[in-house]
Amino acid sequence: MTTDEHVDEQVDEQVDEQVDRTPGQLRLTGYVLAQLALGIVALVCAILTVVGAALMVVWVGTLLLAVSLPLTRLIADAHRRMAADVLGLDAPRPYRALPDHPWQKLLTVARDPMTYRDLLWCVWACTLGWVYALICLLELLVVVTWPLWWWGLGYQMRLRSHVDLWFLATSHTERLEKRVAVLTETRADAVDTAAAELRRLERDLHDGPQARLVALSMSLGLAEQLLATDPDGARRLVGDARETTSTAIGELRSVVRGIHPPVLADRGLVGAVQALALDMAVPVTVTADLDGRPPAPVESAVYFGVAECLANIGKHAGSSSASIALTHDGERLRATVADDGVGGADPDAGTGMLGLRRRLAAFDGTMTVSSPTGGPTEVVLEVPCDLSSPRTTPSSEPG
Amino acid sequence: MRLVLAEDHALLRAGMIQLLEANGFTLLHAAVDEPSLVEALRDPDAEAAVVDVRLPPGQSDEGLRAAIAVRTARPGFPVMVISQYVEHLYARELLASGDGAVGYLLKDRVSDVAEFVDGVRRVAAGATVLDPEVVAAVMARRRDEPLDRLTQREREVLALMAEGRANAAIATRLVVTEKAVAKHINSIFTKLDLSAADDDHKRVRAVLAWLRV
Repeated sequence: MTTDEHVDEQVDEQVDEQVDRTPGQLRLTGYVLAQLALGIVALVCAILTVVGAALMVVWVGTLLLAVSLPLTRLIADAHRRMAADVLGLDAPRPYRALPDHPWQKLLTVARDPMTYRDLLWCVWACTLGWVYALICLLELLVVVTWPLWWWGLGYQMRLRSHVDLWFLATSHTERLEKRVAVLTETRADAVDTAAAELRRLERDLHDGPQARLVALSMSLGLAEQLLATDPDGARRLVGDARETTSTAIGELRSVVRGIHPPVLADRGLVGAVQALALDMAVPVTVTADLDGRPPAPVESAVYFGVAECLANIGKHAGSSSASIALTHDGERLRATVADDGVGGADPDAGTGMLGLRRRLAAFDGTMTVSSPTGGPTEVVLEVPCDLSSPRTTPSSEPG
Repeated sequence: MRLVLAEDHALLRAGMIQLLEANGFTLLHAAVDEPSLVEALRDPDAEAAVVDVRLPPGQSDEGLRAAIAVRTARPGFPVMVISQYVEHLYARELLASGDGAVGYLLKDRVSDVAEFVDGVRRVAAGATVLDPEVVAAVMARRRDEPLDRLTQREREVLALMAEGRANAAIATRLVVTEKAVAKHINSIFTKLDLSAADDDHKRVRAVLAWLRV
């Protein structure tokens, strides 16, 4: 029974997919016409590019390429969009980012493997692809084949789109390469951040509690000496020693807070964020709707992120109230920190925000800032993660 | 006075027992973890408790939860909560668990023996004793209605009231006469619309209003 239901669901899904995603016959026919027209442009592009490359030694070749390459990308983009629409997929532009300088631009384009795939695609689009499009159009023009046009065009266009995307979309390997590049970068950042944190900890401990303990031991040593000869002096020193101990404990406490706030360990993200909100000078509303707890490292990163945002609100925003919302949509944990202050926050300006971005990047997380001059400011921190131990904690509390 | 103590560190526990017994308290139970604390708090002979926030087995906020639970089961049961760190959020939760008879101090305040013992006695007598660090955190925050109506000096008095100090101690600290302190306190009560209840109760209410519980 369960299996049957499962199969039914699958079938339903497929039907839904076709109903939702496949464009109607008229739009498909429009695409066919566009492909016929652009096929001729593709022919021109292919010829111009080949001739241009051959004439690179004379300046005319460069000029030809300066026309043909952008044009190729333009029609390739158009086909990518059409194919993406027909298949209901997402087909982003796979090109490398271009520098400003014209010569460097040309060099980048020449080194981009997509350039050559575009060129190959042009050859297909103006030959077999063009004929294919022509056949599709003939189905409409030759009246007796209307049933074929009506029922079959969708499938034909899907096939065509697959072929187009085979040329034009990023391959699996390229996606992996990009992913590796991102991972390498974020891992380096994560290692740097961790090393910097350790250095900071070492310095905090060295300058704070460690120095106090040395002073403490000296005070006690002196007191020990004075005990027989000058009991009053000894008592004073012991009193000093006790004071030094208190200071050392206080410093240790602040170091611990910087590593992992105890309230975060005790109460999780929601409780810890509520505690942060309580310590703000302006009223902060916290709303949370999380079915469980995110993994500890993510909790910590988001906690420090929210803390950074709140610190910025306290320092710069000049706002009269703020709000924090914690949600999870099944894939991503989202923390939205908003205030009604003056706005104009530049996420690239402060080292704090930069550090925050890096910290989140280690988890494939992102930070988006919307802060028009005049406000309001909204910072959204997003980290993909699962929640553990289902537990509903909807709560709303003014801080 | 018969006390229940909950502290998981053996050295600290021994030290606290020694310190409390030397100052005339009777230790009924010395709990080492959450289950033994919950068990000890069932003892009807217990008159007050001194509880560490972080206890085994979870090492999170079991002590605090147990303290709030016992004050729900036995309204007005005096509890002094001690911790390595103080959290404004926890102070609010403790204060919300009943009218007064509650304390929240940093563990290292224990080193000032006389003051700590005095704090436990005041809590047992129904007062509210908050750590100066919590008080300072609240002070640093925005002042809002109806606390906006208080003068600077009245706020200082209120902060010291939150630390659980008596009028005489407040007078010494602020270098004014006890009479002046009493005048300030009356003014605070009026401004916070606290007129109906008895004086001790009002003190607690004023502190609660101040913490926006």
